[in-house]
Amino acid sequence: MSEDLAPEPLLDPSLVETTLRVALAKGGEWAELFAEDRQSASSSFDEGRVDSMSSSRDRGVGIRVTVGEITGFAHTSDLSSEGLKEAAEVAASAATSSSRTTAVALNGDGLASTRVKMLPNLVSKESKVALLRRADEAARSAGGSISQVTVGYSEGRRRILVANTAGIFRADDQVRTLFSVNCVATGDQGLQTGRETVGYTVGYELFEENDVAALAERAANRAITKLRARPAPSGELPVVIKNGGGGVLFHEACGHGLEADLVKKGASVFKDRIGQQVASPLVTLIDDGTMGVEWGALGIDDEGAFTRSNTLIENGVLTDYMWDHLRSKDAGRVPSGNGRRQSYQHLPMVRMTNTFVTNGETEPADVISDTTHGVYVAQLGGGQVNTATGDFVFGMTEAYLIENGEITEPLREGNLIGNGPEVLKNIDVIANDFAMGSPGTCGKDGQGVPVGDGQPTLRVSALTVGGTAA
Amino acid sequence: MTRRELPDIAREIVNSAKDGEEIEVALSRGRSTTVNAYRGEVESLKSGSSQGVGIRIIIDGCEGFASAGSLDPEIVSEVVNEARQNLTFAEKDPHQAIALPDGVESPRLDLFDRSVIGISEKEKIAIAIDLERRCLARDKRVTGVRASTWSDSWAEFALVSTAGIAIHEEGGNCSVGAQPLAEESGETQIGYYGDMARRLEDLDLDKVVVEAVDGATSLLGATKPASQRVTVIFEPSVAAAFLGVVAGSLTGDRVAKGRSPFAERMGETIAVADLTLFDDPTDERSLGAENYDGEGLAARRNDLIVSGSLNTFLHNSYTARRLGVISTGSAVRVVRSRPGVGMHAMQILPGDRTREELIHNVRNGIFVRGVNGLHSGVNPVSGDFSVGAYGHRIVEGSLGEPFREATIASTVQRMLLDIVEVGGDFEFLPGGTGMSSLVIAEIALSGS
Repeated sequence: MSEDLAPEPLLDPSLVETTLRVALAKGGEWAELFAEDRQSASSSFDEGRVDSMSSSRDRGVGIRVTVGEITGFAHTSDLSSEGLKEAAEVAASAATSSSRTTAVALNGDGLASTRVKMLPNLVSKESKVALLRRADEAARSAGGSISQVTVGYSEGRRRILVANTAGIFRADDQVRTLFSVNCVATGDQGLQTGRETVGYTVGYELFEENDVAALAERAANRAITKLRARPAPSGELPVVIKNGGGGVLFHEACGHGLEADLVKKGASVFKDRIGQQVASPLVTLIDDGTMGVEWGALGIDDEGAFTRSNTLIENGVLTDYMWDHLRSKDAGRVPSGNGRRQSYQHLPMVRMTNTFVTNGETEPADVISDTTHGVYVAQLGGGQVNTATGDFVFGMTEAYLIENGEITEPLREGNLIGNGPEVLKNIDVIANDFAMGSPGTCGKDGQGVPVGDGQPTLRVSALTVGGTAA
Repeated sequence: MTRRELPDIAREIVNSAKDGEEIEVALSRGRSTTVNAYRGEVESLKSGSSQGVGIRIIIDGCEGFASAGSLDPEIVSEVVNEARQNLTFAEKDPHQAIALPDGVESPRLDLFDRSVIGISEKEKIAIAIDLERRCLARDKRVTGVRASTWSDSWAEFALVSTAGIAIHEEGGNCSVGAQPLAEESGETQIGYYGDMARRLEDLDLDKVVVEAVDGATSLLGATKPASQRVTVIFEPSVAAAFLGVVAGSLTGDRVAKGRSPFAERMGETIAVADLTLFDDPTDERSLGAENYDGEGLAARRNDLIVSGSLNTFLHNSYTARRLGVISTGSAVRVVRSRPGVGMHAMQILPGDRTREELIHNVRNGIFVRGVNGLHSGVNPVSGDFSVGAYGHRIVEGSLGEPFREATIASTVQRMLLDIVEVGGDFEFLPGGTGMSSLVIAEIALSGS
């Protein structure tokens, strides 16, 4: 079937050992070397022609040393032995106790390799341009009101190596491919937009199973539909969220609050709540970095821990937080595979991978027919949460009114606002049609990482809809 | 590796241009450190160096771009090759070209204070720890500080092109930020404030402590307001966020592509007469001040909205050529991406009255201290917005109880015409924007 990529480490093991020894020379207790080589390319198609093609390359090392509660960190793009030695010395300087010599023995138990069928950078650029053109044409032929189409393709290969003085020496090869279509439709009352994105942790085989023309038509139809949209209502209403359209709700409403670094500092509304009922008994929430080709899937996290499936909320009861190296060491437990960083220039912290709510038992059609008056959200946009209070907002990019148990008119864009813990309790029906959503980028303290989310169709009995209509 | 000067590296690449090629090379090199304090100790000490190269090659209107985070000669030559290869797939755009020098003189501001690179590690640590201590000391309800941070950075930037552009600039800054947690009756609120300056002496630590702590404590006990139409006062940082969205739709890029609600409205009244909005990177007081724009043209002042009337769009050399005008020197650029177009140092012309007087004038309204979800809640193409808001109620001319979990919604076009007054409480925000409070009538507030 697929071929393994050559599991060749980014740096020679003996150079890694030498560097880690330098990192510990000033009294550090634990040291880590994170090496990264990232190659990416993107192209965009705008106004009916190839707008730009660009490529980028980043390669460097971050070295981390801990002593007690103190972390020293230095990064460099100079991968020569002198460059690494200098960075190790800078990272080591956070330690102030007497110098010592420590033996470092690495054990290479995890030179993981990604199984991609087609490495995107080996595919001709002509073929990528042909995809862009095909999507552009499909979107434009979806309707006369489509006035603008922008299509984007991007590919990225991120090879990492993580080694630490506890002996870990592991590598991962992460390949992601993404395709997006943005459309603008022009009508009597101005402009409306529609967007669709598909992306997986796979190579160019993405396009064997995903038709870019169909994707483009969906984006175009979303913009066209919104031309006749009326202002969204304002105030508290029942909100039904379509399967795969609103996993971001859980990412924002409680995911961030379950990150152990925020919990430890008291900055989470979920601190001290393990074992308590924090959600409706219908809710089981999982974060799973091992999910095959999903956007947030990883072989190892950015601290070398193997990813796992972690149940965070089970039948409404809070069962666990998510952990990275520092926080799990502190709590005397194993990490959960959630230590991630944007690049070698960043310190890792607790991050989500693929976060989702599992299936319930109701038929999705019954969820709608059982709603007298409310809002049906087919797609949510980005969001933001204040983890200390649990208050969140996120945009509705495709929504409809529900009247007497039926989906009726499309609504203009608006935000939904709510409080995480309250929303979790107010989920009163969950359907049996689980689906993952669009690929996302999660931002935290200025670092962005790829994440996935998903959920079956479900209803929140009351959420504040921030429209302009009475 | 021997250290070579950025302009030398850039010139060598530019000189290697083949027949018919226009080349623009952007290079950067920088260092930064960050200190985080927690519970009176250093939590983390981070330092690093970074490098960047971004190369645009254009042949007959076809552009290729490539970039890398390294000045390693092997990688730089890979970048040149990639850019050359990428352009063969681009389709001809007759307006695409490297910026031509336009003869406008740079303001030649002295924006780099060398003292910022001489601050000792000890001093940085002491400031981060002190900032945390002062947040804890200011109010008994502060139970912790999630992050108390010092950062500083230095960078140099060079831009050289076959069109004769050749600049080399150096800059540095330092910044602090604090995120205190306030607790009362089982409720927790988090605050944040930060400041940035070109010199240590210009950092206002007192203000950071007051704003960060009060930002958290003043929201304790906040409740959801009732849905209604109200008069809203945006504090300067919130006003800046909204006017930033407006400025974004006044860029040549959006206008040329028909993605701005203001595209066809040059010379028309788009805002109340009290509103004058401009971009002035030549004003040294702003941290956004620059000598050159992202394509190496001299920085200059541009008046976007004058007394409510739309006066100019912002252009880089591409959008200008496309719309048959000249560049306004508004290219924005980071080494790793192609030049865009936007504001460098936005300012508003302040009104006369103090914030207290503005509040005093409102019978029933809200004072908005912050908004969230701006990135998801504003559609810059249609102008529709709906964002989360928090702050205080205004009752009969005085600040009342705090509120949270509410949204405000309108359109950007409507909002500009609904401005009742521009405040006299003008200040330069840490991001470099010069802004006052704005009073806006009749905004839909959604709550319970």
